[in-house]
Amino acid sequence: MPTDREKRSSESRGTVKRLAVYGVLLAFTVVFFYPFLWMVVSTLRPEAEIGDPWIVPSAITLQNYILVFQKIPILRAFFNSLFVSASVTASVLVFASMTGYALSRLRFRGRNAIFYVLLFTMMLPFQITLIPQYLLMVKFQWVDTYLALIVPYMVSAFAILLFRQYFQSIPQDVIDAARIDGCSELRILFQIIWPLSVPALVTVGILTFMAVWNEVLWPLIVIRNRDLMTMPQLVALFAVGGQAEGLLGVKLASATLLALPIVVAYAFFQRYFIESMASSGLKG
Amino acid sequence: MKESKSGWPFVLPYGLHFAVFMAFPIAFSFVLLFHRWDVVSPMEFVGFRNIVTLFHDRLFFRALLNTGVFLLIHIPLQIVVALFLAEMLNRRIRFRGFFRAVYFMPVVVSGVVVTMLWSQIFALNNGLLNQLLGALGLPKLPWLTSPTLAMPSIAIMATWKNVGLYIVLFLVGLQSVPRHLYEAADIEGASSWQKFFHITLPMINPTLFMVVILSTIGGFSLFIEPFIMTGGGPMNSTLSAVLYIYKQAFDFYRMGYAATLGFFFALLVMGVVILQRKLVEREIAY
Repeated sequence: MPTDREKRSSESRGTVKRLAVYGVLLAFTVVFFYPFLWMVVSTLRPEAEIGDPWIVPSAITLQNYILVFQKIPILRAFFNSLFVSASVTASVLVFASMTGYALSRLRFRGRNAIFYVLLFTMMLPFQITLIPQYLLMVKFQWVDTYLALIVPYMVSAFAILLFRQYFQSIPQDVIDAARIDGCSELRILFQIIWPLSVPALVTVGILTFMAVWNEVLWPLIVIRNRDLMTMPQLVALFAVGGQAEGLLGVKLASATLLALPIVVAYAFFQRYFIESMASSGLKG
Repeated sequence: MKESKSGWPFVLPYGLHFAVFMAFPIAFSFVLLFHRWDVVSPMEFVGFRNIVTLFHDRLFFRALLNTGVFLLIHIPLQIVVALFLAEMLNRRIRFRGFFRAVYFMPVVVSGVVVTMLWSQIFALNNGLLNQLLGALGLPKLPWLTSPTLAMPSIAIMATWKNVGLYIVLFLVGLQSVPRHLYEAADIEGASSWQKFFHITLPMINPTLFMVVILSTIGGFSLFIEPFIMTGGGPMNSTLSAVLYIYKQAFDFYRMGYAATLGFFFALLVMGVVILQRKLVEREIAY
């Protein structure tokens, strides 16, 4: 049994330890947050002060943002990204949930074979299909069209597996009752299963939207026309090319504009982002 | 139960998509292995020349070496930092949600943004890190301009970007460790370190394994970071597998050779992942 003295000293040691934990957590908060804060502040200060690590600028100017809007069609790129990401997300939700439903709740010949094909495609590294897929786009004459950005992403094996797993947990009674009422399988899926599967829809929706929104290699390969470029592609080429004329503030302003939409979405739906990403990792 | 008539119609969209965007490209990549093609002129059969070239290609092995350097730094660093912070967050503390959200932020932001930001952090003159070193009285480091330091610098940045995801994964893993194991260890008088090495670590082995696999795949997929920061330099020290494929295909229009590179890199990724899986399975069995 610990004596009173020992107890008291272990309590004060607990307080010290607790403070140390908060100290460490705060230090890492600075490590992860300060660079973003510094970036935003840098875009608002005059070019001469750009390297200044202090986060309060001596003067505020919007000159960098004005230059970005003058030099690159970033607003257009924003709408391109929005259109492409939304189209892909809607399509993945519909087609992946259809396949997931068939694989989990319908019985038909070849079902297992399709399941194994799915697992195989998920294991396959993308490096092997990258060049042949590009050549396919050339053959289809889809280079420099939205089709090249949307169609290859319209279904995803990962989303199918996630839906399949989620739909398996839905009670058979619900489906049987609907079938007795004479509902078609399509109506069962979209009017009965979907409302019961909101968490799975949110997870697939967020993961797909984010993946497409942030994708940059594929757009770099299939889009050369500036008016069709997605936001990350346009900003990446702006950073690499000579267009920014070495003006750091302008580059960082374009990066800030690129970060803005997803950070705003993250600020509102932070929990869903984290949970979705965590579940994607757990599957891998 | 009788066979459903809706089965095949429901999987048809996926089936079509698979045929066009997976099965055909895989088959086509076999054809490309044996051809030279610049897209404009007709395809030319070259036998095994692509494969022979690949095995004599110093840049192919350089890209492999670079990926190895990246993984050697990225994986241990990622595991240590993520596990450490997850362990901190797993205590009874306030604002856990806030800390988690901040650490996770770089995960959702585009790699393009992170790379542009870190180009400035790593800048030789006036970069934030070198200013910090200067303030501490230390000499500047050529983060991105030295061939030995450039890839480690990119590995540090990638860790900063991804670690939030692994913190969350480890948190899930830590919370799944049964409380009574620690209580039993307390009764036996085990130290914190003993508990960590004999209870926590074995129990979160599956998470650990996943982190290693995801990082390995990530290492072989590295593209936009060197594309923006270094263009593969200095002296090809940051040339990554995907960046090399991209250069062969779109700087030199050597589609056959680029496809050959893709084919062998993909084989390597699968080989490494299978090897890692085998090693972990043996350890769990042990």
